Amino acid sequence: MNTFLTLLLNGLSLGAIYALIALGFAIIFKASEVVSFMHGSLLLFGAFTIAKLNDSIGFFPAFICGVLATAGVGLLVERLLINRLRGAPLISLSILTIGVDIMMLTELTRRIGSDILNAGHPWGGDFVRIGGIGLTENRLYAMITAAVLIALFFTAFKFSSWGVAMRATAEDGETAALMGIKLGRVSALAWIIGAGLAAVAGLFLVGSPTPGVTPGVHAVALRAFPAAILGGLDSTGGALAGGMIIGIAEAMASGYQEQLLFLGRGFGDVVPYVVMILVLLVRPSGLFGTKELTRV
Amino acid sequence: MLEVEDLRVTYGGAVQALRGITLQVPDGKVVAVLGSNGAGKTTLLRTISGTLKLHRGKIETGTVTFDGRSLGGRDASRIVAGGVVQVPEGRRIFSRLTVEENLRAGGMGSKDKAAKSAAQTRVYDLFPVLADRRTQRGGLLSGGEQQMLAIGRALMAGPKLLLLDEPSLGLAPRIIGQIGEIIREINRQGTSVLLVEQNATMALGVADLAFVLDVGKVSLSGDAAELAKTDAVQRLYLGHGAGDDTAVQQAAARSTKTLSRWTA
Ligand SMILES: Nc1ncnc2c1ncn2[C@@H]1O[C@H](COP(=O)(O)OP(=O)(O)O)[C@@H](O)[C@H]1O
Ligand SMILES: [Mg+2]
Repeated sequence: MNTFLTLLLNGLSLGAIYALIALGFAIIFKASEVVSFMHGSLLLFGAFTIAKLNDSIGFFPAFICGVLATAGVGLLVERLLINRLRGAPLISLSILTIGVDIMMLTELTRRIGSDILNAGHPWGGDFVRIGGIGLTENRLYAMITAAVLIALFFTAFKFSSWGVAMRATAEDGETAALMGIKLGRVSALAWIIGAGLAAVAGLFLVGSPTPGVTPGVHAVALRAFPAAILGGLDSTGGALAGGMIIGIAEAMASGYQEQLLFLGRGFGDVVPYVVMILVLLVRPSGLFGTKELTRV
Repeated sequence: MLEVEDLRVTYGGAVQALRGITLQVPDGKVVAVLGSNGAGKTTLLRTISGTLKLHRGKIETGTVTFDGRSLGGRDASRIVAGGVVQVPEGRRIFSRLTVEENLRAGGMGSKDKAAKSAAQTRVYDLFPVLADRRTQRGGLLSGGEQQMLAIGRALMAGPKLLLLDEPSLGLAPRIIGQIGEIIREINRQGTSVLLVEQNATMALGVADLAFVLDVGKVSLSGDAAELAKTDAVQRLYLGHGAGDDTAVQQAAARSTKTLSRWTA
């Protein structure tokens, strides 16, 4: 029973990180109808920047700078590419982000080399125990931070002018424009927020139990994709649910791998995709999605 | 005053939607633009409201000015800020937003909180039913209520000139009559109106001036009541032979009727 609860808690904390990434996908998609395939690089860029600045300016300033710098990259991509090319087929714009991703990944990989950079988290890899169940300090803080950010996000999305503008634009961009809503600004803000959330997720992903900043972090975004898709790519609530489902499924599959050996070793790595496929077979537009995903 | 001069608009460089039209909306007036499907009515409004780009449309020649300032090539949000707001064809309510959020979206172009709250009071006064339904999703309203919401949403920006694209589309005759009354009331409160319609009876009933669009050109124009009497308009838009002017009389009668608050 304790094993189960431990896995559940670890799954939730991993899911919270996935949810941060998936929320970014969802709002970027809602605001600009573009799927950001460059989130892997954004995660890595965020973590890398924090690790590089950490020595000179200390962890918390480095953290803030890393998040801002990553948000800046999101803004640049939106302004220089997505916004300029509005009217181009959406599939082209999405594929364009793959190009940006490859360029950023190549450069970051070159800079990191064979090092394992340390992001310098002031918290270590100690286990926190609550009753008989436990998780690393890093994951605990990840869960708390993600919970706070997600709560802030949903409050803003529901109540703020930004949220109303965002939802109106997602539903009908032309009519939103007729109401005086600046579509470019809505889209730019979505990219800023999506990229900033990715940097926060990146920071926690390179903490314990992961050894540090390596290009391998990039691959995590590929696991957050199924989270966003299975929730319904245009749904923020879906991104949250999808993140949690994938996180828990992955933690369970790794934790019970002895019992799941008949499925082959490393089943934990493919479980996000298996879950996504199962959900999409039943609900083609995802758990909470409204639009057909075929338009992506 | 809105002035459109010799306006030519094409889509995708090929389709000629407007072939040189000239018209004016004087301050404080209701001006109707009549025309059948494909005449170019919506294109005219898109050009004025700055959303032509979203449809790959382009102004080939001509000018659109409001209060002396050119609107051509301006961003839609700046045109709204300048006091010209369009209610789109088919209402286009944000169906997943509540009534209140729809109105908020309508006021998004301005930062003036006091003006927005005054505008909201005005909208709820004009359309008490919207106040009753403020927490309901827009998509759950009836067609008539959605049209009220679409108009109310546009009023949130405090327009000097309101552009209406076929507000009677798909509505029952009784509701159309109420729309006509509401347009008069909005106009009485000081907003000029450019009313695009296929329903000539309603439009000529509320308008001071009218223009008839025919495949991208103005074919007739003048005083709305005068125009309603002409043979061409009678035949083409009012569905009567020459000399039979009961529809016009009815329209005139409706427009002078005292206004009742819209409660449907
Ligand atoms: N987005 C568009 N792309 C290409 N052609 C269009 C577009 N919208 C309208 N048109 C064409 O422009 C002409 C005028 O259309 P429109 O302005 O919608 O007329 P109306 O509103 O009077 O029915 C029509 O021939 C129509 O086919
Ligand atoms: Mg039309």
